[in-house]
Amino acid sequence: MTLVTKRYPLRARDFLHAGEASVQVQAMLKAMRLDPGLIRRVAICSYEAEMNAVIHGGDGELEMALSEDRIVVEVRDAGAGIADIELAMQPGYSTADETAREMGFGAGMGLPNMKSHADELEIDSAPGRGTRARMVFHRRPPQEKAP
Amino acid sequence: MKLSEIVRELEAVPLTEEDHRGLEITRCAGSDLMSDVLARPTDGILLLTGLTSIQTVRTAKIAGVAAVVFVRGKTPPPETIELARAERLPVYASPLSLFVCCGRLHACGMTGLDGRR
Repeated sequence: MTLVTKRYPLRARDFLHAGEASVQVQAMLKAMRLDPGLIRRVAICSYEAEMNAVIHGGDGELEMALSEDRIVVEVRDAGAGIADIELAMQPGYSTADETAREMGFGAGMGLPNMKSHADELEIDSAPGRGTRARMVFHRRPPQEKAP
Repeated sequence: MKLSEIVRELEAVPLTEEDHRGLEITRCAGSDLMSDVLARPTDGILLLTGLTSIQTVRTAKIAGVAAVVFVRGKTPPPETIELARAERLPVYASPLSLFVCCGRLHACGMTGLDGRR
């Protein structure tokens, strides 16, 4: 059962506000006193996906759904899409422009970072169809929780 | 190493209110690439960077960075400092290069992110 769902609009090429949604997600999860390691993984993935959408995407949306056993972050954009997802997953591969690089991004680390920090990563994209990145993070089962 | 000692060693000036000077930091990263910062264990570290965009502050928040020193005498744009203030992230500016900053802190016993020297 989903406990909380939050949606944040994303604007393409808006580098001044890029990342705000993920910082808000992080602050909310911290206020709920969830496991710090889990929050860190969610925040990093959410931020990388959000930056990708702002760099490459048309406008889009970031959605975070918290349930008892998992957190799902989905970032959807209406941008150019990814022609070769396997290639895009390779560390160092990037099609980002100079502006993204000036922001400290665009080095081809975004998708590999997302893959290594999320429990599940699903990318659905095609040229001209935009991109949907869905990341699942498992919460610790109740019996493993600290007393 | 106390943040106040780090600041003195790097000849840095504060860009936000100074209420974290007693903060103890043992690990440090020097990078202009935010995705590299996000890929590493960065909780509670000092970040040395020449990248003054607002994304440096957001990356620091997301990655749990304790303090940021902008190197090479760079002055960040107002929005970067405003966000750092709002997020209560201590940020400083040093006139020294990234290389010299790293060297000075290494000589004081600071380690890399994996604890190696």
